[in-house]
Amino acid sequence: MAESSASTAHGGSHGHPADGTKRDTLELIAGAGAAMLAGGIGWALIGSMNPSKDVLAVSSVEIDLAPIPTGQGITVMWQGKPIFVRHRTDKEIAEARDVKLSELPDPQTDKSRVKAGHDQWIVLIGICTHLGCIPLGNKPTDMRGEWGGWFCPCHGSQYDTSGRIRKGPAPLDLAVPPYAFESDTRIKIG
Amino acid sequence: MRNSRSLLAPVFAVAMTVAGLFAIPGGAAAEDAPKPPGQKWSFDGIFGTPNLASAQRGFQVYSEVCSTCHAMHLLHYRDLTGLGLNEAEVKAIASTFTVPQGLDDQGVPKDGPGTPANQFRSPFPNEKAARAANNGAYPPDLSLIINAREDGADYVYGVLTGYAEAPSGFTMQEGMNYNRVFPGHQIAMPKPLDDGRVTYSDGTPTTVDQMARDVVTFLHWASNPEEAERKAMGVRVILFLILLAGVTYAVKRKVWSDVH
Amino acid sequence: MAGLHKSDIPNPVLNWIDSRLPIITMMQKEYGVFPTPRNFNYFWNFGALAMVTLVVMILTGIFLAMHYQPNTTLAFDSVQHIMRDVNYGWLIRYVHQNGASMFFIVTYIHIFRGIYYGSYKAPRELLWILGVVILLLMMATAFMGYVLPWGQMSYWGATVITNLFSAFPGVGKYIVTLLWGGFSVDQPTLNRFFSLHYLLPFVLVGVVFLHVAALHIVGSNNPLGIEPRGPQDTLPFHPYYTAKDSVGVCVFLIVWGAFVFFAPNFLGDPNNFIEANPLQTPADIVPEWYFLPYYAILRSVPNKLLGVCMMFASLLVLLILPWLDTSRVRSARFRPTYKWFIFLWVVSFIVLGVCGAHKPEGVWVILSRVATLYYFAHFLVITPILGKLERPLPLPESITQSVTGRPLESH
Repeated sequence: MAESSASTAHGGSHGHPADGTKRDTLELIAGAGAAMLAGGIGWALIGSMNPSKDVLAVSSVEIDLAPIPTGQGITVMWQGKPIFVRHRTDKEIAEARDVKLSELPDPQTDKSRVKAGHDQWIVLIGICTHLGCIPLGNKPTDMRGEWGGWFCPCHGSQYDTSGRIRKGPAPLDLAVPPYAFESDTRIKIG
Repeated sequence: MRNSRSLLAPVFAVAMTVAGLFAIPGGAAAEDAPKPPGQKWSFDGIFGTPNLASAQRGFQVYSEVCSTCHAMHLLHYRDLTGLGLNEAEVKAIASTFTVPQGLDDQGVPKDGPGTPANQFRSPFPNEKAARAANNGAYPPDLSLIINAREDGADYVYGVLTGYAEAPSGFTMQEGMNYNRVFPGHQIAMPKPLDDGRVTYSDGTPTTVDQMARDVVTFLHWASNPEEAERKAMGVRVILFLILLAGVTYAVKRKVWSDVH
Repeated sequence: MAGLHKSDIPNPVLNWIDSRLPIITMMQKEYGVFPTPRNFNYFWNFGALAMVTLVVMILTGIFLAMHYQPNTTLAFDSVQHIMRDVNYGWLIRYVHQNGASMFFIVTYIHIFRGIYYGSYKAPRELLWILGVVILLLMMATAFMGYVLPWGQMSYWGATVITNLFSAFPGVGKYIVTLLWGGFSVDQPTLNRFFSLHYLLPFVLVGVVFLHVAALHIVGSNNPLGIEPRGPQDTLPFHPYYTAKDSVGVCVFLIVWGAFVFFAPNFLGDPNNFIEANPLQTPADIVPEWYFLPYYAILRSVPNKLLGVCMMFASLLVLLILPWLDTSRVRSARFRPTYKWFIFLWVVSFIVLGVCGAHKPEGVWVILSRVATLYYFAHFLVITPILGKLERPLPLPESITQSVTGRPLESH
């Protein structure tokens, strides 16, 4: 009995009878409703893949700058990445400003990489822009390279006191994360 | 239609049998535990959600009284925004608690002021320490207590307000307290609430009854923080589905009109 | 070109696909024009509802598995992490948790339809047997799924049920050790239950495919229990039954939604909100409601091994139902005496369920023994005997004649 005969109901077609347009509108509304339902389900399921509340709670980090002496830096973790925070000396700031932009492989002014009025603080994402190693230079015993900034031991990239690339295979300056000063001695990253 | 009517009588008979069975006394679980007296709660019913002012007072009761012995490890200070508090208030509340904050430079665990990301401060580092400090009894974690007991809200309120003198002839074991609602009537926890035990900033009188209601409201919220969002969404979803059912039924009738 | 399927689809892209893998033609044949009896009542919606439930359970399960941790120290808290911190986690979890109950409600009604209308009788015996296999897979999946939150009832329910296998003489102890992966329910058990709980639903999908394929060979039964005599007795599945099933799905989702949004823990046990403690047994170990009848049968027998055998037998007896029923007539609508015995059987199943929720003492012991007795007597004694003795009502001429009141028109 189950052969694929295109059998129809006795007496009528299941096509569209006289009031077909009314049925079509109803079908359209029903279809739209079903699509809304499916959309809502998809929204919830895919949304569940976004960072959960506990991940968002640690998605920003606050740092107290007071304990960092001049000339030294600290490394903190933010969103799984190392962040270099260095308290620059006046000499380091001057060296960062005393350069022709045309000489820089990735030209950026030092002023654009710090917050106005807080020139002594440089905040950088400590990931080498070449292949992702963590450059040396934040610990007092670390090598800092020819420009006194950071030195990447993997392939020899060298960054200046503004975190800009000067020599070596890295194409870009060290990235600056989104951050803001909550007070003179406190910054919030992210 | 013919088809459904022919089954109506038997379905009715089955339903009556089932209803009759449930009339047989002898509850399913814990037949030796008295059922706590029923109370009215702000979160009762299909549309009920906890009264947030009461829940905030209840958090105060928990923090000042219960948290001496009871942890709530599933709650974080950031969750308190669900009680209607804003970010600044939550930050301030968190900082009043001293909680573990990782290791110091020598690798020794250190404490510090709480942040919204921290879990609620636990009175004991683990269950063993909790038992040692409480004569072998473990003050249960309260994160889910309202859901973990039959008639949870009525039960917790009943226990908190159910302390009384043991009736004559009832032998109390050493160190235990008589409670009307607790299963077995002997509870290790001494009476936690007395009138005026805390002071509410909104001036609500702090009777035992009031504090018990407030802390139960808070604990109910803590066990079901998604409740307000869930019920609101439920109203919209069910209404939508009712409309959709109506439209699809209209389509069905139209499609079948040439057959009937 | 040699070997290509001759596709009738106008759209060139779809035609290209269809001539190499005729899934579109297949869908049109099996769910489009497929001749379906015109006289289905709403009991025939429940197979489709079960399919919808399976899809939703798999979807929600996959997304829950993105956050769940199958480790005894982390499992309970990971479920709470889903409930409290994961975006819409509470919604996905409650849909999945209540979906298990909905799956069993829908399936039990679907089975009732099969029993009442004789859908298990020739030539649909294999279709019925595949259905019983689906039921068994559902039960295994649900059992293991309930262990995953690692609450008190998860742990102790798993302990009690896995311990049952120790009843088998000689090898019992070794079977249980193999199941546990250790000497009690612990980390190895939880891990393998998670793996198998993820796997079995896909096995289920395969068996459902076979179930529907078997159905499409013999065609659907209908409330009258008589075969369609010609095209006038049937309707194409689309749009008639796609429309009718859509209504059923909406109503079904309303019921499911009522539980999820307004009473999400009504069907559950408070004890499962307490983390598993191997040193403390809850006052009452109660399985989820859909296992209660079988739990009652298990406990109604004082002997451990016999109880286990009876419990399994209560499911396996369904497999031989097509051969136990000796009646020439399919549908209970035309079997006025047998009809009442079926209702009695339903009552016995419900009574068993209520007994399973109570401690095995006093009136509950007697009640569960009587109900167990009837449960088996119904299949093994009443069904075969009544099939031979009963005088059925006269069957209608044809489906169309029964539905329209007009005699069969010749074509």
